[in-house]
Amino acid sequence: MNFNQIMEAARQETLKHFGRTVQLYTPLYISNHCINSCAYCGFNRRSEIKRITLGLDQVLKEAEFLRRQGFQHILLLTGEDRGAAPVEYLEKVVRAVKELFVSVSVEVYPLSEVEYKKIIDAGVDGLTIYQETYHRPTYKRVHPTGPKKDYDWRWGAAERAARAGMRKIGIGFLLGLYNWKYEAAALAEQLQFLLKNYWQTQFQVSFPRLNPAETIFKIKYPVSDQDFIQLLCRFRLRFPQIGFTLSTRERAGFRDKIFPFGITQMSAGSKTYPGAYALGIRSGKQFEIADRRSPREVARALVRAGYEPVWKDWEKVLV
Amino acid sequence: MKKDLLKIANRRFSSRLLLGTGKFSSPRVMRKALEASGSEMVTVALRRVDLKNPKDHILSYIDSKKYLILPNTSGARDADEAIRLARIARAFGLPGWIKLEVTPDLRYLLPDPVETLKAAEILVKEGFTVLPYINADPVLAKRLEDAGCATVMPLGSPIGSAQGIRTRANIEIIIEQARVPVVVDAGLGSPSQAAEAMEMGAAAVLVNTAIAAAENPAAMAKAFKLAVEAGRQAYLAGMVSSSHIAKASSPRFL
Repeated sequence: MNFNQIMEAARQETLKHFGRTVQLYTPLYISNHCINSCAYCGFNRRSEIKRITLGLDQVLKEAEFLRRQGFQHILLLTGEDRGAAPVEYLEKVVRAVKELFVSVSVEVYPLSEVEYKKIIDAGVDGLTIYQETYHRPTYKRVHPTGPKKDYDWRWGAAERAARAGMRKIGIGFLLGLYNWKYEAAALAEQLQFLLKNYWQTQFQVSFPRLNPAETIFKIKYPVSDQDFIQLLCRFRLRFPQIGFTLSTRERAGFRDKIFPFGITQMSAGSKTYPGAYALGIRSGKQFEIADRRSPREVARALVRAGYEPVWKDWEKVLV
Repeated sequence: MKKDLLKIANRRFSSRLLLGTGKFSSPRVMRKALEASGSEMVTVALRRVDLKNPKDHILSYIDSKKYLILPNTSGARDADEAIRLARIARAFGLPGWIKLEVTPDLRYLLPDPVETLKAAEILVKEGFTVLPYINADPVLAKRLEDAGCATVMPLGSPIGSAQGIRTRANIEIIIEQARVPVVVDAGLGSPSQAAEAMEMGAAAVLVNTAIAAAENPAAMAKAFKLAVEAGRQAYLAGMVSSSHIAKASSPRFL
């Protein structure tokens, strides 16, 4: 197959398994305190940014704002600082916001199985945990200090969450840290392992790409648009039934062009710092977004492309 | 000639094509496809319906006078979740019909026979009209029938796979033994595959992806309508059985 044929096959597979629909969600950063020093991340503990962990009433204001925009699926995010945002805090936040949304997912520091169980009991149904890079020497280089240094603890997070009963688990790597073909093979291997062992868990894959404009971090292995599309299509053909997520790290035009080749969930209207939506707090960002359209604009673009934006695809009794 | 109607529980339908409502590019496209299909029964995933917001949700595009709405329990991993979803549907005033789907395997969406039977027994007792989605397992089909299910809905092949009827031998046994209508559900990717199911003696078929994901869903819905009618007529007409041995079309008597 030449590349055009691969793209068409990927589009067809996506249509077969997911139809003409894309589910929309949005991130809600609740804390940017962090004790890690990930070389590529805005929350790096050495960054002199305004740090904040939102109080419950603040989280609710942000959540209500997002709910009014139409979102029913939300992703709560923190840095890694168990002092500022301990598991008990996560539980409280989840219990507070779950009344507003049909689905609450988290992207937080790796937890133990018992801790995952706690946040699931609080109302979490999804987890996002990226390995960042599967290449151990690179992992070590870009995560020099802090608990994130521990490659294996992070790798095992998806498995611990699955064992704890997490319904949906998203994995992936950060495109740009190492050779993407190596990373893709390692990601496929981890996914295959998880699918075999945790067959009742819904796994998802993301392809977050470092944006050269966003950071002073030197991207040693840049992934071109062409590479990105190839990665997406090949993953779609390799895993036809797995949901793929695309974030606002990517440009609006690029997102509109490539989503039919495999994407099933998209974030929209994202802001990547705590207090960003309704509170007007200008705290430090995790990364720069590229697609700055409002959720409604993203939804309209999907409709124009002949796809239905899906705001609700879950029911609370399923938690 | 007596009109050939599909009878499920206490209702009669002149169409033998059931439609799924997921995967359409918009509710309007879905509505057009429903019209073109001639279907009278459509299934809706409760997880996609925002019951609290009646104006916004998918049900507002489906005329409940024209179509029997068959809520489904898609997303349920076990009997308990399926039962809770069914109860929610009834609490919000949907008719007490339920397409029972219990699919703990989230990759191929294959149904769990143990949990499906468990849920069916409870839902029948609670007065629901239960239409269970099952693998093509003849014994399970009988067990569900004995439990009081209104149909059995064996899959032709995994949902969305468009592989057609890969479970033919077992579906034949299910049809042969059934006292309730057998609806072939899932995997039908083309009108010819739907016709094949009808020729085998299925009472009806359920189609979603093949119509919703087609370039022109309404036209594809029409094609499925015709295929289902053709298959049904062929079945009623009494088809000659296929044979590997050539037969002379004008018999000679030696």
